[in-house]
Order: sequence, then C-alpha cells, then structure tokens
Amino acid sequence: MNGQRRGNLQRALNVLGPFIGLVFVIAIFALIPEVRGRFMRAENIMSVATQSVIVALGALGMTFIIISGGIDLSAASNLALASVITAYAINAGVPPLAAVILGVLTGGAVGFANGALVTRLRLVPFIVTLGMMGIARGVAKWIAGNQKIDAPMTWVNDLMARTPHPAWLLMAPGVWIVIVFAVVTAVVLRFTVFGRHVFALGSNEATARLCGIRTNRAKIFIYTIGGLFCGLSGVMEFSRLTVGDPTVAVGLELDIIAAVVIGGGSLNGGEGSILGSMIGVLIMSFLRNGCTMMGWPNYIQEIIIGAIIIVAVTLDRMRHSRAS
Amino acid sequence: MSAPSASPVLRMEQVSKAYGATRALDGVTFELRRGEVHALLGENGAGKSTMMKILSGAVAPDSGRMFIDGRPYVPAGPLAGLRRGVSMIYQELNLAPHLTVEENIMLGREVHSGGWLDRRTMRGGVCNALASVDHSEISPDVPVGKLSVGAKQVVEIVRALMNRSRILVMDEPTSSLTLEDSVRLFEIIRSLKAQDVSVIYISHFLEEVQEVADSYTVLRDGKNVGSGAMEGTGLEDIIQLMVGQKFTEMFPRVPHERGGVFVSLNELKGTAMSSPVSLALAKGEILGVAGLVGAGRTEMLRTVFGLDAVESGCLVVSGVEMAKGTPWARIRQGFGLLSEDRQGEGLALPLSVADNVTLSDFSPYLRFGLISVARRQAAVGDWIGRMKIRAQGPAQKVLSLSGGNQQKVALARLLHQKAEVLLLDEPTRGIDVVSKAQIYEWIGELARGGKAVLFVSSYLPELLGVCDRIAVFHRGGLVDVREASAWNAQSLMSAATVGRAAEA
Repeated sequence: MNGQRRGNLQRALNVLGPFIGLVFVIAIFALIPEVRGRFMRAENIMSVATQSVIVALGALGMTFIIISGGIDLSAASNLALASVITAYAINAGVPPLAAVILGVLTGGAVGFANGALVTRLRLVPFIVTLGMMGIARGVAKWIAGNQKIDAPMTWVNDLMARTPHPAWLLMAPGVWIVIVFAVVTAVVLRFTVFGRHVFALGSNEATARLCGIRTNRAKIFIYTIGGLFCGLSGVMEFSRLTVGDPTVAVGLELDIIAAVVIGGGSLNGGEGSILGSMIGVLIMSFLRNGCTMMGWPNYIQEIIIGAIIIVAVTLDRMRHSRAS
Repeated sequence: MSAPSASPVLRMEQVSKAYGATRALDGVTFELRRGEVHALLGENGAGKSTMMKILSGAVAPDSGRMFIDGRPYVPAGPLAGLRRGVSMIYQELNLAPHLTVEENIMLGREVHSGGWLDRRTMRGGVCNALASVDHSEISPDVPVGKLSVGAKQVVEIVRALMNRSRILVMDEPTSSLTLEDSVRLFEIIRSLKAQDVSVIYISHFLEEVQEVADSYTVLRDGKNVGSGAMEGTGLEDIIQLMVGQKFTEMFPRVPHERGGVFVSLNELKGTAMSSPVSLALAKGEILGVAGLVGAGRTEMLRTVFGLDAVESGCLVVSGVEMAKGTPWARIRQGFGLLSEDRQGEGLALPLSVADNVTLSDFSPYLRFGLISVARRQAAVGDWIGRMKIRAQGPAQKVLSLSGGNQQKVALARLLHQKAEVLLLDEPTRGIDVVSKAQIYEWIGELARGGKAVLFVSSYLPELLGVCDRIAVFHRGGLVDVREASAWNAQSLMSAATVGRAAEA
C-alpha cells in the first residue's frame, strides 16, 4: 500500500532527527582524543545504558502522558517514594518480589491520584502534578523518617548491577527490562485501539469526546500507567543505591520530560514516539557520560542539556512549519 | 434525481427552550423528509443553533417532542444522537489534526479484536466510503492537519456516513471553501440524497441555498415563521420572512464622493506575499478586493498594516513615503485592520465589549496616566447604541455575543480609533443578512466622511453592490482593477479563477 509505506516513511523521518542528534553527540566525544579510548569502550557503553535505565523507565510512561496532551511533574518524587517503599518493605522482611510489586503499585497509586484529580477537579495537569510532586516527596521523607533506609541485599540489587550475574545477559537486567517494556509500549501505541485514543486525546480532545471516547477514563488510565513506570523506575533506583533515599532524583522529572521532547514529543499533545523518547534518554546519558569523562563540572552538563532542549524543539518547529 | 420520500425521517413537535428570560425556541415544529436537503434559515439569534443543539442531543428541550422515523427520540447526550443517526458538521471542523484520515474516520468505532486494530478491514471500509462520495483521491494515510479545508470537510462527511447517519446537519459548510470545493460539496450532497441521507443545511449565502436546497424553514425570534419548497420561492420572500418586514435594500448605497489619492502601494512586497503589488486608494473610496481563498489578499493587507515585514517597495500615504512600519506605527498613521480571523485575532474573546472597543486607543480616557473607567464605560455604551450592538452592556464578555455582534464590536474598535484608512478582511463572513446590510451602510458612511476603505471579500454580490472599484487577485498577484460598473459576476469569477479578466 503506497499510503502505508508513506506513513512508515513519515514515522522514520520523525525519529531521524533525534537519531542524528544521538550520532552527533556520540561522534563528538568519540573524536576528542583525551576521551576517545575510554568513551567508546564496551564497558562504558554498558555503563551508560545502565545509568539510563531510571530515566528511560520514567520516559516510557511520560511518553503516553505527553502524547495525550498532559504532563507529569511528579514523576521524580513518585519514583523516590516508590524506592523508599521498596526499601522499607524489604527491610521489614517482605519477600523481595512482593516488595518490588509494592513499589510499582505505589507508583501506580500516585499516578492514579494524578489522573483522578485532573479529571475530577478539571484542573490543568501542570498544577495537579506540581502539587503531587511536593506531596509524594513529603510522604517519602515521612515514611523514611527523613533519612535513608538501609535494606539487606537481595536479588533486587542485582537488577542494576553493571556486570550481570548470568554473564550471557551482557547487560544489567534493568537494561533488558527497559528494552522489553519499550517494545511493548511501542506496540501498544501503534497497534492497539488504546494507543490510537492516546494520540486522539492529545491531538483534539473535543473531537475524541465527540467520537464517543471516554476521555476521563482514558486519562486516568494514562496517568496510572505513567505512575506504574515511575514505580518501576523507583525500584531500579533502590537497586542502584541499595538504600531507600527519599531525597533522590530531585529534578529528574525534567530529564524525563526533556527526553520525550527531544525525541519528538510535543507538549501540545498528539505527537511523540517510544523510540524517539529512548533516543532522547540516550542523548542525555551520553552527554553526561562524556562530560564527566572530560572532567567538566556538573553545571556544564546542565547548560548543555538545557541548550539541547531548546535546539531540539526549535528544529522540530522548523520541520513542522516547512511541512505545512 | 428522485423526489424526497413522503414520510418524515425527523419530526420536531412544539419544541421550546428558554434561557432565563430569553425564549430561544418557542414551540417550533419542524419536519425533515428522507433524502431531502432542507435549508434552515434565520438571522443570528433566531434560534437555529439552539434548535440544532437540541437535535444533536447536546441540550435538552424544556418541552416538545422529537421523532426519528416515527419513533420517539429523546437523546441523553450527543452520543445518543450519533447512535440514532444524527451527525453534526460544524464550521470549526471536529478533526484530530495529527491523526490520519482513516484514523479520524474510525475514531471511537475502531474495528479490533481484543484491542488490536484490524487495519485491513478499516482500510477497506474507509476507501469504499471515500469512493462513494467520489473522493478516492484523498489518501487514508495523510494526517488530516495537512489537508485543505475542503478535503477536511469531506473527511467529516465520510465519518458521518460511516456512522450510518441518516441526518446530517451542515453549519455554514461553504464559508471557508474555495469555489471548486463548494461545487464538489454540492456534488457530495447530491450523492448523499441518492443514498437516502437527509441534510439540514444552514448558511447565510442565500443564492447558494436556493441552488442546493429542496425546501426551507425560516426561524425568527425562536419561532418557525414559514417553510415550504425552495422551487418557486424568491429570495425576497425568504428575506422578508427572516426579517419580518419588507427588505429591499440588501446593499444600501450611501452616496459619497471620491477625492484624491490617499494611499498607494508602490510595488509593495511583503515576506508573505508572492509578488509585488501596486494599488492606489483614494479618499472616500471603497475599493473591493476579490479573489479565491489563498489568492494573497490577506497577505497584502497584513503587509500594509505592518503585521508582516516589507521586503521591497513602499507604502505612500498623502504623498509621504512611509517607513517600514509596525501595527503600532500604522495605527498612529490612521490605519485600521479588521482581521479575517475574527475569533482568533480580531477580538480578545474573554474580555469585555469595552475592553475590545478601546483596546487600540485609550487616550480619550487617560487622566494622569490612569484610565477613567466611568468615562470609558459611558463612551462604549454610546458606541453600542450607535452601532446597534445587541449586548447587555459594555461589560459583557465578547465571547457570549453572536457572530454578527462580535463583528460589530471589532468594527467599532476601528471606528473608535478614528481610522482614516480601513483595511477590512472578510467583514461580513458568517453574518446574517440584516447585520450585513448595517455594515454596508457604515462602510458607505465612512466613505462619505472621506475615509478610504479596502474591502477584501470572497462574496461577489456584496463587492458588486457596495464597492466603487474592484481589484482582482489571482495566485498572489493583482490581475486587474476596474470600476465596479465595468465588472459583472462572470468576469470577476473568471479573473479570480483563471487570472485573465474576460470582457464584461
């Protein structure tokens, strides 16, 4: 079908931009003599991949939310809360699997609360999730007694281990988890009725409602999915730190949102892709990694990433206006 | 063409609806036959949109009954209406721009097995539906945002068809369409009739309505004041029903004299214009600008007003060459622009009538740098009376006014800022007959007072009826300028569509 091939081509082009950006970032650091050797080593690549897991999981859920025209500023607080709950549970003797599930469900609960407030109170998602950002962080500190929760080592801690235990895995289990979920979410967005409704919501909510889509139910579902991914991300954070730290990931929601936007997501809704978001995550991870290798202070990274966000959105705007 | 069948597909009986003290609908009885195109006419505020809201299920009537195919029809909401086969196609199209044609058409009714989309089945259905209205050239995979307005409308119609709608309500369908698209729309309507679909057609373009409708119903002040077959009914009779009195002057002429050249565009080219334009406008002249949608007229006006940057050429006012201007400067120089995009650009909808009228000039009310609210309210109250704007007062939000009254507020702003050169872009689009005539009268008065008016319009009868000279644009360039008497509908249309002025 000519048309379907054209649709596929369009999708490929949409991701081409971010992909070129990624190649560009890697190329820059790969060409700098001081770091070239260390940067391109398999070890380093795997390290970058592992470091990306937490933002990547958050970005998977955030992609749904942003495509549907919403936003979630509470993502990072949510994941901190989930990591605290997981640590608390393991510490209290709960079997590790149950603790992990509890952590994920906590994230889901916060996401559900976001969705319910947005639809019931008819408030702008920015405001609702801004408030939830504070609430979730506060609750996390409360539960943790304002300190880090130590937890005995279990297999959960191996999820983010850089050298995985069954060596044939090649990468930390956390990375594989991201890959699996990325495929699943991409398929859902492209091939299911729900996925189409997510795009419709973001593109024109009034039209979606007119066509009989239960927009409130869909929104609650979307925010809950976002929350569940934050919960999973929190579990990974706990795995990485081996403690439940309520002060972790402050400001990380901006990284998560930036990844989705760099990957082609529009804050107006109706656009975005899982592949694009993952590329966005990698761009930022490689950037941070390269900057650290160069010995540049943290603030350089922040400036560069901030600049990249502006450039990415500007380029996207230009691509849109040329097309129309 | 088969005659519409006798049994009514829709019957509304004694439907009434009041909003507070206002009786929006007063015991309206209305019948729609199967396979007919029925025009619903009436001034703004006559009750047409209330009646359609009740029909679609968005609003519940206070009293009265409705029947579809003889069975009672009591919709709990718009979805119920859809399910009974009633589809509304509004002027502001209800489409999701990022989704493809196929996705929009199937939105909410996707064919799936357990959540997984069945693309092949949907594709087949969509292609068949597009072919049934003779529009197979619209590809199902194009994002709707990239389509022309005419094509978008086809997508909405196809969506209604696939919803198995028997009753289609079209609200001002041709106001944003090119002539070509309008012709194709009428063809679609004819094929809809052949498929036994009935159309309620709402439009202010009475000549169009005469051409496409089988029957008509006129609403006035919430009542059904007359209905019948379109054939054999003259426009004057319809207008008389709409207005309630004899209405002979659709285009009131105010005698005025043309003075010397006031403004001239010398090879003016803006960044948004595709070719330079030279045009001269005299004091006391109404210069019409005709052309198809997209011919470059709006771009020219915006360049003159300083909204788009000037690339080359210049603007000369009273012999003085004007520097590259901004709207701020142009307003000070006496220019006023009535934007084509009334709701988006021309008015600040959430603000009040007073705010909108005085937005471009606060100086009469400034005292020591602060605005005297009382004085402003009084002055705007004056304007409301002078221009017969139907509003509760200067403080009413413009959002809640009807289209015609909103346009009067926008025009009032130009008059309030004492503009000497008025750039009007589609000033009467979507406005009822009576308000149109009022606006023509003011334009005439303005010309009599020595102002210069540039009148961009796609509605040829009004250009021929009101203007002194008419310029025609085609694909971004000026084709010809002649006295209005030297043009007729055919030569204007030919110049606008082909770019060559045929002999009148």
